[in-house]
Amino acid sequence: MSIAAADFPLWAAILVALFLLIGSSLTFLGALGLLRFKSFYERIHLPTLGTSWGTGGILVASMIFFSVTQSRPVVHEILIAIFVTVTTPVSLMLLARAALYRDRTEGNDTVPPMAPDTPKPEPIVHD
Amino acid sequence: MMRAVLPYPLLSLGLLVMWLLLNGFSLGHLVLGSIIALLAAKAMTPLEPAKPRIRSWWPLLHLLRIVAGDIVRSNIAVAQLVLDRSHRERVSGFVTIPVDLKDRTALTVLAVIITSTPGTAWVEYHSAAGLMMIHVLDLRDEQEWIDLIKNRYERLLMEAFE
Amino acid sequence: MSGLILTWSVAIAQILLLAAMAIAAIRVIRGPRAQDRVLAFDALYIASMLLLLTFGIRSGTTMYFEAALVIGLLGFVSTVALAKFLMRGEVIE
Repeated sequence: MSIAAADFPLWAAILVALFLLIGSSLTFLGALGLLRFKSFYERIHLPTLGTSWGTGGILVASMIFFSVTQSRPVVHEILIAIFVTVTTPVSLMLLARAALYRDRTEGNDTVPPMAPDTPKPEPIVHD
Repeated sequence: MMRAVLPYPLLSLGLLVMWLLLNGFSLGHLVLGSIIALLAAKAMTPLEPAKPRIRSWWPLLHLLRIVAGDIVRSNIAVAQLVLDRSHRERVSGFVTIPVDLKDRTALTVLAVIITSTPGTAWVEYHSAAGLMMIHVLDLRDEQEWIDLIKNRYERLLMEAFE
Repeated sequence: MSGLILTWSVAIAQILLLAAMAIAAIRVIRGPRAQDRVLAFDALYIASMLLLLTFGIRSGTTMYFEAALVIGLLGFVSTVALAKFLMRGEVIE
C-alpha cells in the first residue's frame, strides 16, 4: 500500500473493508452460481448479483476510501453505479430474448410459447 | 423561448452533472459543461424522443425505496440458493403475468426493476395481449409472484404515469 | 492497524474477484451454447471492472476509475452487439 496508512482512521478502514468484502463475495457467488446452475434461464439471474450489490459494495468502499484520503467528497463512482444499473437490465433482457428466440426456432419444448395465436417461426438450427 | 433554449431540461441537467463529476467542479468546467449539455440537447431534438409524462413524483420515490429494499433481500436469497448444497428440489420457471400498464416509460421502468432484482428476469412482453413473461429462479407459487408484481410495483407505476 | 485492515481486505477482495473472473471464464469456455458464453462474458467484464476499482484503492490513485468506466462501456456495447447477433445472425440490419 502506498498510502499513508498511519493517519487513516480506524472506523473508515473497517467500513471500507466491510463494503469491499460484501461486494467481492457477492460477485464471487454470482460467478459460482453461473457454474453450478443447470440451465441458461437459471443462470441469467446471476450476473445481477454482481451488478447490484457487488458493484454497489465496491463503489461505496472506493467512495469512502478516497473521500477520507483526499479529505473532500469523492463521488464520481456514482457514474459507474448509474451506468451499470441502467445497462445490465438492457443486456440481460436482450440476451434472454435472444435465447428464447433461438430455443423457439429450434422447437425446444422447455420454453413456453408466448401467445397462442402468434405464428410459430420456421425451425432453423443454430449452434 | 424556454423551450427553444432548453428542449430537454432533464437530459441537459444529467449531462452537466456527469461532466462535473468526471472533471471536478470549477467555474470553467461549469460553463463548458453547460454549453455541451445545451448543444447535446439541441442535437437530440431532430430525433424527437418521446417525452415521458410523469404525473406525480411521490409514487416513484416510494417505489425507489421499496425496490432498494427488495434488491437487498433478493441478493441474500439468491446467494443462499447458490450456496445451498442440500440439493433440495428447486423449481424455476416462467410466469405469464397480465399487465394493465400501457405507458412505454412505465413498462420500461417495470422491466428494469424486474430484471435488476436477482431472482426474477423479464423475458418477453406481448403488447397486443397485454401479457408479459418473467422467469423466476425459485418458483414456489405462481399466483404469489403475479400478486407481488401487480400490487407492489404496477400499482405505484400506474399512479405515477397513468 | 487500519493499514493492516485495508491491506488484507483489499487482498481478499482481489482474490475473490479474480476467482469470479476465472469461474466466469470456465463458463465461457464450456458453453454449452452461445448465449451461455455471452452471459458468462457479461459476468467476466463486470468482475474485471470491479477488480480495477480495487486496484485503485490499493494504489490510492483515481486513475483506475476511468479505466473501469471504459471497461464498463465497452463490455455493455459488446454484450448488446453479441445478443443482437444471436437473435438475428447479423449486427447491422
